[in-house]
Amino acid sequence: MDFLSNVINGISLGSIYAIIALGYTMVYGIAKMLNFAHGDVIMVGAYVCFFMTSRYNMPAIVGILLSMFVCTVLGIMIERLAYKPLRQATSLAVLITAIGMSYFLQNAAQLLWTSNPKVFKSVVGDGGIQLTEGLYVSYVTLVTIAACVIIMIALTVFTGKTKMGKAMRACSEDKGAAQLMGINVNTTISITFAIGSALAAIAGVLLCSAYPNLVPTTGSMPGIKAFTAAVFGGIGSIPGALIGGVLLGIIEIFAKAYISTEISDAIVFGVLIVVLLVKPTGLLGKKISEKV
Amino acid sequence: MKKMKKVVCFGLISAMMLSAFAGCGKKSDSGAIRIGGTGPLTGGAAVYGMAAKRGAEIAVEEINALGGMQFELRYEDDTHDAEKAVNAYNILKDWNVQISLGSVTSQPCVATAAETYADRIFALTPSASATDVTKGKDNMFQMCFSDPNQGSASAQYISEKKLGTKVAIIYKNDDVYSTGIFETFMDKADELGINVVSKTTFNTDSQNDFSVQLGEAQKAGADLVFLPMYYEAAALILDQAKKMNYAPKFFGVDGMDGILTLEGFDTSLAEGVMLLTPFSADATDEKTVNFVKKYNEKFGETPNQFAADAYDCVYAIYEACQKGKVTSDMTAEEVCDIMIEQFTTLKFDGLTGAGMTWGKNGEVTKSPKGMVIENGVYVGLD
Repeated sequence: MDFLSNVINGISLGSIYAIIALGYTMVYGIAKMLNFAHGDVIMVGAYVCFFMTSRYNMPAIVGILLSMFVCTVLGIMIERLAYKPLRQATSLAVLITAIGMSYFLQNAAQLLWTSNPKVFKSVVGDGGIQLTEGLYVSYVTLVTIAACVIIMIALTVFTGKTKMGKAMRACSEDKGAAQLMGINVNTTISITFAIGSALAAIAGVLLCSAYPNLVPTTGSMPGIKAFTAAVFGGIGSIPGALIGGVLLGIIEIFAKAYISTEISDAIVFGVLIVVLLVKPTGLLGKKISEKV
Repeated sequence: MKKMKKVVCFGLISAMMLSAFAGCGKKSDSGAIRIGGTGPLTGGAAVYGMAAKRGAEIAVEEINALGGMQFELRYEDDTHDAEKAVNAYNILKDWNVQISLGSVTSQPCVATAAETYADRIFALTPSASATDVTKGKDNMFQMCFSDPNQGSASAQYISEKKLGTKVAIIYKNDDVYSTGIFETFMDKADELGINVVSKTTFNTDSQNDFSVQLGEAQKAGADLVFLPMYYEAAALILDQAKKMNYAPKFFGVDGMDGILTLEGFDTSLAEGVMLLTPFSADATDEKTVNFVKKYNEKFGETPNQFAADAYDCVYAIYEACQKGKVTSDMTAEEVCDIMIEQFTTLKFDGLTGAGMTWGKNGEVTKSPKGMVIENGVYVGLD
């Protein structure tokens, strides 16, 4: 029974990682850049929803839609102002800019909304389903998993079947060639960021619904764990993000429950190192051979 | 252009000389005793520094209104940074500070305490609770409990009042405050024979999910869970315990103070939570009511423990100054000797405790008040 309840706890935690990881992997898969500010866009999304639902008593759906809208605009702005001028620069320069962006967002949030913690009101209600004695699944977990699966399928269909998706895959493979074929690379990448940021808003709302503590650094640690999950599952792979996230959550809870609460993080990252040593591209990562 | 540069250079040099001399050897000319302290007035920890500064301001205002002995207060910003705290302290020294209020937070205070010790300036910190602050310094005193004292006081309280038969502890292992309290709690618990059935921990990175820690406590049958941590994490623990249908008694320390004012927090979650804290803004004694009212009028918010600590600091200094007949024309060193003598024999009643005394090591002895949260307000347990 203990085992099962640990599995459920692991899935609850993992589904949160997974939904954040989807945004990471989406942007990385297309734009080939690690958007370290993703976690902080999540935080902005959560704040927008918080102000709508708790301060102005709007229905949850308004809060979610508005936070998606704000995050989309924010994502496009970040891309235009911070990343686009560096399109030709080395990937290291872009990476450092992304880290700078992350700090900028955190500090801006601190100025705007102070560092006093706020308690987020869950958008899906507080209850859950009692399966049997000691086995309990909260609605937030169910909604998060459902959202993960829907987003995963939608993204797969979008990148596989639509014209825009085709353009995205082309940009991902070879920007120069894509441009020669008449694809507007800048617009494509902007749209990628727009989608990634809208996903971040959903992730932020669900993250804070599950763990209702909202501060300007709320997004940073889950962001890093989710990035780990994305690498674990194979960065760039959409189903990989889901699997990586859920597995990471389960490993973390198992490490805490069966080994030690003190060194659980060390164990999680230890497992990650082992996986990457055996399979450097992650669980579902594609092996791409570079042609010279 | 070159001439211009010379002029600017000369101007700058003379300005520097002037400011360097300005601080020299001048005693307070306003007839007021100069009190100064550093604290985070900006940045992430500003909530603590501002509270202390405001609490001290109210006390100084009250004392000056009485006539007789006059105080002049100055606070400098250290942004909760040890290096900046020393700079801030040097500004105060140039201002000829006679009595120091140390620093508001622990890490900066360890740094400024070394300075006040070397300069022989008496210091009384409102809220820097680490033991390193006072260790080995005869002129450094604390108004708040030191971290270890909170741990043993909590264990003592739980044992005396028979609050729990099986106790679980969840603490934060990358935070000195939390681990310090945890360790002394365990020592005292061993001594008193408290049955600790579960010890689990978390850190800043895993501060979201407590399902395992709470699950273990529940399985071990703990009827009291001790939470030596700040209220942010405690709020999540209370929320998750409720979702698990786990309802032990929860017992916190002074870091729990603030949970009721957390924006958006469902106060019904904290119903029945107990904590040891030296100050409660909801207490009904005349002194507290008066202080809370003044603070509210002046600053538009309810004072926290830091404000009360700083308020008490100024009054304790006032009492000691009167007994020791300190005057504003004494040097800081003269004042320091008198204050050490006075403080080690002083018995002080303040907002944060009655009959406080100080040991030679600078640590305060006062009895913490047990509080329990009922209908969203603190109520005394005794």
